[in-house]
Amino acid sequence: MSIDFLILMKSEMSLTLIIFILLSLKVFTNDKNHVALLNLTNILLAANFVFGFFFNASGELFNGMFHTNNVIALEKNILNLGTLIVSLQAFDWLKNHKHLLEFYVLLLTTLLGMDFMISSGNFLMFFLGLELSSIPLAALANLDLEKRKSSEAAMKMILSSAFASCITLFGISLLYGTTGTLNFAEMPKHLTGSELQLFSFIFIFTGFAFKLSAVPFHLWTADVYEGAPVPVTSYLSVISKGSIVFIFISVLFTLFRSFEGMWYNMLYLTIVLTITIGNLFAIRQNNIKRFLAFSSIAQVGYILLGLSSGTGAGATSAIYFLIVYTFSNLGAFGVIALVSAHAGKEEITDYKGFYANNPTLSWVLTISLFSLAGIPPTAGFFGKMFLVTAGAGKGNYVLVTIAVMNMVVSLYYYLRIVRSIFMDKNETPIAKLKGSNSIKLALAVCMIGVVVTGFATGLFENINTLIGK
Amino acid sequence: MLSAGLIALIPLLPIFCFVLIALVGKHAFPKFCGMLGTLSILGSFVLSVVVAFQYFFQVGKVNGVYQQLIPIKFEWLQFSPNVSIDMGILLDPISVMMILVVTFISLMVHIYSLGYMKGEERYATYYGFLGLFTFSMLGLVLSSNIFQIYIFWELVGVSSYLLIGFYFDRPSAVAAAKKAFIVTRFADLGFLIGILILAFYSGTLDFQTLITRLTTPTDQLNAITSASFMGMSALMWGLVLVFIGGAGKSAMFPLHIWLPDAMEGPTPVSALIHAATMVVAGVFLVARLFPIYSLSCPSALDVVAYVGIFSSFFAAIIACTQTDIKRVLAYSTMSQIGYMMFALGVSGYGGEHGLGYMASMFHLFTHAMFKALLFLGAGAVIHYVHSNEMKDMGGLRKLMPVTHITFLVACLAIAGIPPFAGFFSKEEILQAAFQSNKLIYVVAVVTAAITAFYMFRLYFSIFWNKSLTPALSKGEGDGHVHHSEGTVSMLMPLVILGALSLIAGFVPFGKLVTSDGKELLTEFHIGFSVAPVLLAAAGIWLAYSFYKKENARPQNMVDSMKRLYKNAYNKFYVDEIYLFITKKVIFNLIGRPAAWFDRNVVDGTMNMIATITEKTSYSIKALQSGKLQQYSIYFFSGVIGFVLLFIYLWK
Repeated sequence: MSIDFLILMKSEMSLTLIIFILLSLKVFTNDKNHVALLNLTNILLAANFVFGFFFNASGELFNGMFHTNNVIALEKNILNLGTLIVSLQAFDWLKNHKHLLEFYVLLLTTLLGMDFMISSGNFLMFFLGLELSSIPLAALANLDLEKRKSSEAAMKMILSSAFASCITLFGISLLYGTTGTLNFAEMPKHLTGSELQLFSFIFIFTGFAFKLSAVPFHLWTADVYEGAPVPVTSYLSVISKGSIVFIFISVLFTLFRSFEGMWYNMLYLTIVLTITIGNLFAIRQNNIKRFLAFSSIAQVGYILLGLSSGTGAGATSAIYFLIVYTFSNLGAFGVIALVSAHAGKEEITDYKGFYANNPTLSWVLTISLFSLAGIPPTAGFFGKMFLVTAGAGKGNYVLVTIAVMNMVVSLYYYLRIVRSIFMDKNETPIAKLKGSNSIKLALAVCMIGVVVTGFATGLFENINTLIGK
Repeated sequence: MLSAGLIALIPLLPIFCFVLIALVGKHAFPKFCGMLGTLSILGSFVLSVVVAFQYFFQVGKVNGVYQQLIPIKFEWLQFSPNVSIDMGILLDPISVMMILVVTFISLMVHIYSLGYMKGEERYATYYGFLGLFTFSMLGLVLSSNIFQIYIFWELVGVSSYLLIGFYFDRPSAVAAAKKAFIVTRFADLGFLIGILILAFYSGTLDFQTLITRLTTPTDQLNAITSASFMGMSALMWGLVLVFIGGAGKSAMFPLHIWLPDAMEGPTPVSALIHAATMVVAGVFLVARLFPIYSLSCPSALDVVAYVGIFSSFFAAIIACTQTDIKRVLAYSTMSQIGYMMFALGVSGYGGEHGLGYMASMFHLFTHAMFKALLFLGAGAVIHYVHSNEMKDMGGLRKLMPVTHITFLVACLAIAGIPPFAGFFSKEEILQAAFQSNKLIYVVAVVTAAITAFYMFRLYFSIFWNKSLTPALSKGEGDGHVHHSEGTVSMLMPLVILGALSLIAGFVPFGKLVTSDGKELLTEFHIGFSVAPVLLAAAGIWLAYSFYKKENARPQNMVDSMKRLYKNAYNKFYVDEIYLFITKKVIFNLIGRPAAWFDRNVVDGTMNMIATITEKTSYSIKALQSGKLQQYSIYFFSGVIGFVLLFIYLWK
């Protein structure tokens, strides 16, 4: 076992190590002191995040099954950061939860799966990573054990995931049949554009579309988001989405580059449907988690818009947007997690007059929503701007117009919540909430992120040069 | 040379002071804010003096040519690998001269205001605004990048707006502030478009690169001179638009209408912003880009010259008829800035031909001294009399001896009587005009005579004319008891500025500030000066005979030139023309249709989006049924649909 192996797989190694530490804690101690356990886990996750910046190298292992480079390292860092924030935000909910360690073991297993998936250089590895990252998620969705909705969410998730996996796997097997290889580097040479190959590509594409909740493969999203515990929902909407986007970029841009003409059209249709339907449903929602589910569907549409350019700028803008989106969406989810954990309320109408007792939290939620809506000077504005600019590079102005008009619509529903918070009267507004320091820290990180990533123009450039290499 | 950090402190000290006053000082120690502001500006002034000394006498000159130094520069916004907006400090003779003028006048005004604004309710706020203005003005003159100058240009506009509207409980002050802001903003639009044109063709925003690229034969210069629009080259458009921006700030005809109204602000503010510093920003801007104007597009420079001379003459005529002393001074400012402008306009670049440039900067320098003095003096008079109108004044020379003498010095300086400061700079300007354009020269000399007349009309009306009104002589006018003409803090700046108005003309300007940085030897012709000085003396004599003692001569004069007088008194109805254009033409012909379009088409579209969205959103609600089997069917239909669409139909 060479040193290469340790360095190239260091992110997976460190996650596995944490998982084993937590498992042995579960086995060898009586895990009664929840606060200490949570703090320990958060420290481990923070260390893992920091560790992600060091000893990064490029290379491949196992005959190209696994590969990594600086962009992949950056992507893993983004996922690690997101997971850390989610974990900090879960503090108040987990403090009194019986299965705290199980939560983390499952959560980190999915993260491990995502890391493998992003690093995969082979369809087999990719599929293993994909499954490793989705099956434990269904169990996580069920973690509000006493709630029926939570079980329903888990059930729906596991069944539809299985369905989607079937189709993806079918696509992969057809592709293997026609090309005789599963290796990403090898495969493009054998892609002839025959109908069977296009067929299998569509199957694989829909598998991705399902994971990304792109319309018309999105229907599981809202029910699962609503039923799952808030931290799981935020994890699903940010980290899980992010990892799929990352691998989707390399699958589209390198593996299936020769099908660009076709996938551009497929993306075109998907983008229009996703943004429009996502928005139309978001308007009607009363449950705030359901609302964010649909809003995140619409956001995915914008990410796909950036990808549709097929250029490095498109990939850069997508990665940049995911950083921004991590901060803004987790900022919103942080407040919702806090409200849900302390007041047990998840309806939009409950937020009426929220400002009266919780001014700081109101501002955090407002700024996050502004960033999601893409209002300057928040980072969300720059993120959307880069995505739309990249998308416009193709010269398809119909698509860009539709996307921009949808931004107007999205403004309406984001501001509707802001109005509820600040202006609507409520006889019994939510009382003053005292969040733990951990959740406050997470919110502060998100707020700083929302402001700083927008103004740090160098960030975009840095990602761009990374990708250029 | 001072370290870069210390140079950066020159503009930063006032802004620190502003922030401190705004955040803390206003509530914690309102009385001390004046002192704080004064001390910070004193710091800036001392640093400026050191920088100026080192620049002019130690490090600035290399092989007999003053260099452009850039002690600080960092990239702020990067647009493309070649174009970026930088923030930096550019030191060259004009910027060093300007920081000296700005910090000095600002210091004088700060000191003066300690007495003048004492007891004001928003005393602390006032000093905060002054700090903001000084910061912006210093940033403007030190800018190393044309976009940076634009940013500070706007900041100057904002602080001017805040200070004109300082007495915001007076409707006239609010209206004046709004007017100043809108008119200059309108001109700034031209400036911005000009910047964009220049930057687009030259591919840079940096002053040094911009000037090099647009003055030496390069691809960029070719491109910008060959592209033409409506008969003018792109370069001409760019430069004229930039000049429009400058004309807006410098109150050149026809964008001057805001300046007289701006006198609604506190008088020290008028002295600082609307006489000595901000209004010369336009002159500074043209001077900054002067090599481009002069070498690449002389016809744009002609525009500058003719607008300058016309404004100068036009304002001088109006100034003869105004009765509000601050308005007289406002028009005289406009007239003097016109002088600076046309001096630039008739100048050439480098060597002997650069006389006009040097003269313009020289006049800017001397004018700042004596015009600030005039305003501060007028402030003292207004403080004493509680009125702006000439008819309420008269015979004040005995009650206000210091003000009287210093005001007289300033009047002599502006009238161009030797050996006062204005004489020297004006002579240089007239010589430059004489060498290149005789028409401009003749008008300029006549304007000089008119200037002498109206300034001494002002002087005699305030300090001689009538005997003292009983109320004033007793010193008990409307209940106020006047023991003296003002506090020490008010008189000290007057005396200092008076002394400088006497000696500032002896500064060897040709050795320090010239168009190409080389020394320019100015010749002094006694013979040449005779005519202008005699004409100015004639103007003074006329004013003496009209206004020394109350008599009927002025009225007779008015009667004999009734029509001209009436037109001039009403400022040639320029304001009314603007009102007509805005209210009748723009509002009715453009505004109303635009409003209709906005209501019915723009809003209509938005409303339509909303209605459609709402309706569809209801009708597709059934899609999301909650039934998993149904979801799977949708999923599978999606897959089939994709296959059909993309493999068989849309390939």
